[in-house]
Order: sequence, then C-alpha cells, then structure tokens
Amino acid sequence: VSATAWLTQFLEVIAALALAPLFLGWVNACRARLQSRHAPSLLLPYHGIRKLFHKDAVIATNASPLFRLAPYVVFGAMVAAAAVIPSMGTGLPFRTAADAIVLVGMLAIARVFMSLAAMDIGTAFGTLGARREMMVGFLAEPALLMIIFVASLISATTALPLISERLAAQALALYPSLAFTAVAFTMVLLAENARIPVDNPATHLELTMIHEAMLLEYSARHLALMEWAAALKLFNYACIGFALFVPWGVSIGDAGVVALAVSIPALVLKLAVAGLWLALIETVSAKLRVFRAPEFMATAFMFAVLGLLVHLLLGA
Amino acid sequence: MSPLDSPLAACLALLAGWAVVGAAGLLRPANVVFVGRVLFPLGALIGAVLAVVAGMGFDAPVERITLMIGLPDLPMHVRLDPLSRVFLVLLGSASAGVSLFASGYFRKGEGTAPGVMGLQYHLFLASMGFVLLADDAYAFMVAWETMALSSYFLVTSQHGIPEIRSAGFLYLLMAHVGAIAILLSFGILQGGTWHFTFDAMRAAELSPAWASAAFLLALFGFGAKAGIVPLHVWLPEAHPAAPSPVSALMSGVMLKTAIYGVLRVTFDLLGDPEWWWGLVPLTLGLATALFGVVFAAVQTDMKRLLAYSSVENVGVLFTGIGLAIVFHGAGMDVLASLALVAVLYHALNHAFMKSLLFLGTGAVLHATGERNLGRLGGLIHRMPWAGWLTLVGVLAIAGLPPLNGFVSEWLLLQSLLFSHEVPHPFVNMLLPLGAAMVALAAALAGYVMVKFFGVIFLGQPREATLRHAHDVDGLEKAGLVWLAVGCVLLGLLPTQVIGALSHATTQLVGAAPDTASNPWWLLAPLPDRAASYSPTILLAVIIAVVGATFLVVRFVYRRPVRRAPAWDCGFARLDPRMQDTAEGFGQPIRHIFNGFFAMERELPLPLDAAPRYRVVVGDRIWRALYLPLGGLVQRAADSLAWMQQGRISAYLTYSFITLVVLLAVML
Repeated sequence: VSATAWLTQFLEVIAALALAPLFLGWVNACRARLQSRHAPSLLLPYHGIRKLFHKDAVIATNASPLFRLAPYVVFGAMVAAAAVIPSMGTGLPFRTAADAIVLVGMLAIARVFMSLAAMDIGTAFGTLGARREMMVGFLAEPALLMIIFVASLISATTALPLISERLAAQALALYPSLAFTAVAFTMVLLAENARIPVDNPATHLELTMIHEAMLLEYSARHLALMEWAAALKLFNYACIGFALFVPWGVSIGDAGVVALAVSIPALVLKLAVAGLWLALIETVSAKLRVFRAPEFMATAFMFAVLGLLVHLLLGA
Repeated sequence: MSPLDSPLAACLALLAGWAVVGAAGLLRPANVVFVGRVLFPLGALIGAVLAVVAGMGFDAPVERITLMIGLPDLPMHVRLDPLSRVFLVLLGSASAGVSLFASGYFRKGEGTAPGVMGLQYHLFLASMGFVLLADDAYAFMVAWETMALSSYFLVTSQHGIPEIRSAGFLYLLMAHVGAIAILLSFGILQGGTWHFTFDAMRAAELSPAWASAAFLLALFGFGAKAGIVPLHVWLPEAHPAAPSPVSALMSGVMLKTAIYGVLRVTFDLLGDPEWWWGLVPLTLGLATALFGVVFAAVQTDMKRLLAYSSVENVGVLFTGIGLAIVFHGAGMDVLASLALVAVLYHALNHAFMKSLLFLGTGAVLHATGERNLGRLGGLIHRMPWAGWLTLVGVLAIAGLPPLNGFVSEWLLLQSLLFSHEVPHPFVNMLLPLGAAMVALAAALAGYVMVKFFGVIFLGQPREATLRHAHDVDGLEKAGLVWLAVGCVLLGLLPTQVIGALSHATTQLVGAAPDTASNPWWLLAPLPDRAASYSPTILLAVIIAVVGATFLVVRFVYRRPVRRAPAWDCGFARLDPRMQDTAEGFGQPIRHIFNGFFAMERELPLPLDAAPRYRVVVGDRIWRALYLPLGGLVQRAADSLAWMQQGRISAYLTYSFITLVVLLAVML
C-alpha cells in the first residue's frame, strides 16, 4: 500500500468530517432559496455544533451509561463508514477490512445504538421515535443491500471502492438495472436521513417526527456528536450514491497525487449538484403520514429487487 | 485402547461422565447446594473438556468403534469425523456456559426436585452427544429418543401448571411425528441390504426416486425438530414453558442436532444429492426466516419472542443448507463449501447468542418473576451485569459487525451473490432474490432485538416491584460471561473458525473456502472475488475513533455533566406508562405484515369509563392446519371407539381375527 493510498484515506476521512456540516448547510440553503425564503448561512451547522460543544451537558436522572456511550458509538460508526466510501479515491487501504456489506452493517450499528439510547430515558417521544426509526430501517437496510448487490453483480466484487472503479472503467455504459436502483437509492437516502417525505428535519412537530424525537433528551456535546453524525450520515449516503451512479472524477487505484487533487473539486461539484437535487425533491414533495412511510420504503425495496431482476434477465 | 490416544473413546467417556454426574443427583435429590454447586459445575467442566477434545485435531483421521452394548447381534457403532467434531465442539462449549449459569439457577420448590432435574439435564446433554457420534440407525434413534424424552421432562418440570403440561404434550407429539419420519428415512436408506449401519447406507445404491423420498422424509423429520414452518408450532410453546437454562440448551444446542441430521443424511449418507432437492429447504428456509422474525416482532412474552427468533435462525440455516445442495448438485463445490461454512458458522453462533439471550431472560425471570414484557423495563440499572452481557447477545444476533452474527450473515449473503451462476434457467434468476429475503429477515431481527432489549432493560421500570430486582450472582455471571466472550471471539476470529470448519466441508462436499493464504486477521474466502472482511481492524478503527473523540471532547471542552429530571413537555410528571409498550413496538409490524397474523382486537370507545385495549396475535397455520388435523384425528378415533369394548373376550376375538387374516395373507 503506497503513501498516496494512505494520504487518500486520511484526506477522505478529514473531508467527510469537515464537509459534512457544510453539505447539510448547502441543502438547507438551497431549500430555503427554492421556497423563496432567506437562506441561512452555509456555516450555520458548524456554529450549531460548536455552540453545543461549549455547553454544560444535562442528562436525565435515570439515564444509563448506554445513553452517554451511544453518541460516541454512533459518531464512530459514521466516521468508520466514511473511511470505506470512495469519495475521493478508490485505493483505500481500509477497503480490504470492510466491504459494502460491512458498510451496511456499520450504518446498522449507528441506527441500533441511536434507537436504544432513545429508549433509555423512557419518555413517550423517545420510544416512539425509536420504534419509527427501526421501522424505517428494517425496510431501508435490505433495500440498500439490494442496491449494492446489483452493482456488485455487475462488477463482480462487494468492495465498494472496487465496484466504483469497475463501473467507472465502463465509460458511459448504460445499465437498465442501475436506473431502477438509482430510484430506489434516492428513496432510501431520503428515508434514512430523515428527509421529506418520510420525516421533516426542520420541525419538532411532535406527532410525526422520527429522528428528532430520538434526540430530545440529548444536550450539549452529546447532541453535538449526534448532529454531526447525522450530517455525516447524509454525506456518506451522498458519497455512496456517487460511488454507484456517478463514479467519475475520483482517483482510480494508485493514480497519484494529481488525480487526488483533481478529485477534491470533483467531489465538491458533485455534492453541490446533489444538494440542489435533494432540496428540489424536498421542495416539490409533501410529508407522508407516518402510516404511509412503510409503503414508501417498501416501494424502494421493490425497486431495488426489480433492479436485481432486470440485471439477471438482461445481464446488464 | 486408552481414552488418551483415542479422541472418540475420550468423547464417549465424557458423555458417560455426564450420565454419571446426572445419576449422582439422585443421591441427594433435594439438596440444592450439592446439585447446584457440585454437579452442575462438574457438568460444565465436562462440556468444556469435550469441546477441547473434539476441537483438537479436526484433521485427525476418522475414527470408529463398535460398542459392546445394544441388542443381541445389533451392537452400537460410533464414529468421530470432522462433522461430528464441529457439532461436539458446539455442544460442549455452549453447554459449558449454560451449565455454569444453571448451577446458580435451579432452586428448591420450583417443580421437579433439583437432583432429578440434574439427572434429566445431564442425560439430555449426553444423549445429544451420542446423537452426534452414532454411526448406525439403531444407536442414532435410541439417542434421538432419549434426547426427546429427557427434554420433555425438563420442559414439564413445573408440571403443576396446565399450560406447561399441554406445551409439553405438543412438544412430545411433534418430536415423535418427526422421529417416525426419520425412522422411515433410515428404512429407505438401507437400500434393501437390511443393514442399518451408516456405512451400509453410504454404500447402498438407491434409485433417484427412493433417494428423493429418503431426503424428503429426513427433511420432514429433522425439520420438525428444528422448527421449520409449518412444523414450528411446538417451539413457541415449549421454550417459554421450560426453565431458562433448558430453553437455552433446547434452542441453542438441540435445534442444531436437527441441522446435523440433515447434513449427515444429505451429504454423507445419500452422498450425491440432486440439485433440485436444495430448492425445498431453501424455499422453506426463507419462508421460515421471514415468518419467524415477523412473529418475534409482535410477541409480548420475552421467551416466546426468543423462541420465534430461533425459528427465524433455523430458517436461515435451512436456506444455507438448500443453497449448498444446489451448488453441490451443480458441481460448484467451492461455493457449496462456502454456503456450508455459513451454515456451520451460523449454527455455532446461534448456539452462543441464543443461549446467552435465554439465560438473560432467566436472570430477569428470577429477579422479577415476570416474563411479560409489559411489566418489565429499566432493569439495566438494577441488573447491570445481566443487562450489559445480554446487550452483547442482542447486538450479535442483530447481525452487527464486529460480533459473530454478522460473520455468518456475511458468508451467507456472499454465497447467495453467486447463486446466479447456477446452470439452471429461471432458478438462477430466482435464487439471488433469496438474498433480498435474507437481508429483510436480518434487518427485522435488528428490530426485534431493539424491542427485546429496550423494553426489558431500558426506560423506566413499568412496575414498582422491579426496583427490588437483584443482579446475577457469581456462577450465573460466569455462565453469561462465558457465552458473551464466545460471541465476541467467534466474531473477531472468523479465519480461524472457518479453518476449523473447512475440514467438515471437505468431508461433505470435497472442497473448502480458502483461508490458508490470508493473514490471520483477514477473512477473504474467495480469492478471485475481492470480497473481504476484517473484524479486528474494523473494531480497532471504531475503538480508535470513539476513543479519540472521547478524549478530544473530554480534554478540549472540559464541560461538566449535570443530572436533571427528563423533560416532561411541560405537562404532568412523567409516568412509566407513557412509554411505548411491547404491543406498541410491534404495531408497525402488525400493520405492515397484516396478512401473516390471525388477529383479534378489542378497541376501547372514546367514552369508555374504563377503557380496555386487548390484542391477541394468533398463528394462521395453527388454525388452518393443526386444528383441522386434530379434529380429523379426534373424529377418526371417535369412529373407532366402538371397538373399545372393555371386555377381555372381545379383545381375544380381535387377536384371533388378526391371526386368521395374517395366516391367510402369508399362505
């Protein structure tokens, strides 16, 4: 493993940590513009996280150690996940340790710990949020796995960087199966990141919230970590999408420092477009009732399975 | 031959040791201290030694002994080969943890006397061991039936309770229906030679039709023991009825003897399975996995929940077996070995995880006297050891890396990813969809486990009495730690485990996944396919990130932590009843998988003075299949009841007529 590879690995994790709040801020700003509101500063998420780190933590009297441990585990799982997603280069040393199935597993660690922590205090909202999060998760997780399987059947590997590399090598080959999975992936991304139409990140409207309901008891540094982890999750999902559907512009294999340098503006460009796209979807769609959310995810799962079938039927 | 140079003799001696330990319980049957502090730890020691003896030298040559016991001219044969070794290691290592826990668990005044219980328990262990060693149909069936009977008595140890008696009856019934099918299968397998040793069966030439019949009968018989849909009905009744260590053994170990049986008959005795046989266990397995996990999600009794979760895991195991048969039948032996490794690995994992969880419920049951999830909650504060150790099992069975449940899931998904290469049209397109089902079942298992752990151990105590719950004591703690450490080690050292299991796959399908060419920390079973996983590195990275974050937060920001009551939204004081219940947690599943359930609901009206909500989730299969079947048997029995005259002359007449008919037929 070359020094460039380690540099790529290091830069990717740093970029994920640094750019994730910015990406969130960008999505929020785009959404505000599209809805004819004044856009908040792009740097608002950074301010929020910084502010929270400087506060005294308040923890419920009956919180168990699990409650205090969970933000660290959730954050750690998200950072580790960022390390296997080829956002800038595919020659990641960490890729042998964790393939795409492990990546899905790491996202599951974060979900399970967040849900357990939400149940720890024993408030109505916390448990409600945990239940709904797991409900979203149990349909979104297999859908994501199916999406990855379609790509890995095409590229004959389950390592995400290699999938990306092999898909990129096939120039602009069109895969009908990937079209289905792209739809499924967009739906999974929206559901898993608590975006409209499944959840609304902008409100604390009690009866419909999912993600925010789980965080109600958190404050200060624990909340900061949870918020940062949520931003990282959105960033990670966006980069999984890039790796599968727009695998160009990253440094392939051991391509050297120049390719790596090119990949940084490429990533920023892709993020900018993706943020705009996300904001557009959120602006034109309405929030679903919670009862309808399972149908949304089941549709995503069906699309992913359909993608798999299409691949097996057409061989493409 | 001394037991020291013959591992098989050593294994037999250890099994006999279990029987002796059990019999010693009869010396002082009512003495809890003697049985608990002496006999059960001895049993645990025997289990650990058995695991070591069987686990040392997977590559040792196959060994066989003809025992001097049995019927005249029908001696018992035993044999130790890699497949038996794998399951003996499972039996020994998992039962060691369970026995340690059991030494602190059984108390006076709970049904059967402790000494008698000890006898049944150790006979149960010894008979399971003998099932794994048996090398002829006679020895196998004797051991199999001893296993069924001893576990029946263990299930009904609190026989004063009518529900437990009827659960025991159902279990016994299903066990025997299954045993008949296994017996018939052996009857076909001997292939007209009338020799019932397994060697004769290996040598017998069967026509494809008879071989298929033998396979399907074995699948039915062993499936009934494993709890495959629609033969699963006894599991959710018998497991909650049994004392927790017994549930742990039944779920963790006994179900695996059925897996062993299927593997032994299919790959060893039948030899060359037809590829399409695999579709039967594959389809049934997928249906069972989904069915089990969906039902687990709506349970409100913690042990029933775990029993349904076992149904799910049995489904996953059968899926893997089916896949292995399809691959092997298509001549893709390396892939068959990968699927088989997934099966064996998952069997081992499930033995540890499920035993751990059942023992966790045992600890909760002892501390609170409650099995109903609606009356538990917040126990992690009162029972930190039980809580945190159960959490290990919960995370493992939810399939989270880097624990053990994930490894076998990973292996199974990897082998499913290759199923499109099977050279059969249509089938190669449908098989990969199995991956979707497995992924869905695995994700639902996460849902189930969050519900299980969250409702029991987290939140506020739902009953005032829970504030007096006590944590597990020394030996119980040791048992839980043993199993939890097993879960962690099986998760962190997959290459070593697969290296050991590959001897069994070589025996069964003549191939093994590649583990020798990789460093110890890396699992990459298919060299031509870049699919690898390293739990140690993953764990190290996560620990490094978590540690670094913790240190930065701690030393850079240095903010204090204050405790305050939870936010109550400005209304009234928070009440434990405001938490989500187990029913509530199952609501989305009842909503989404509505068609699975036969549901009875009683909803309160808005004006009810004393509102009452009741929901009963029933099993459609029970109503659609078993109740009509039971009615049919009852009617048949009723219509024959006139024969029961109660007069000796009538019975002598029956015998006379039978003899005359037989003579007429024979002549």
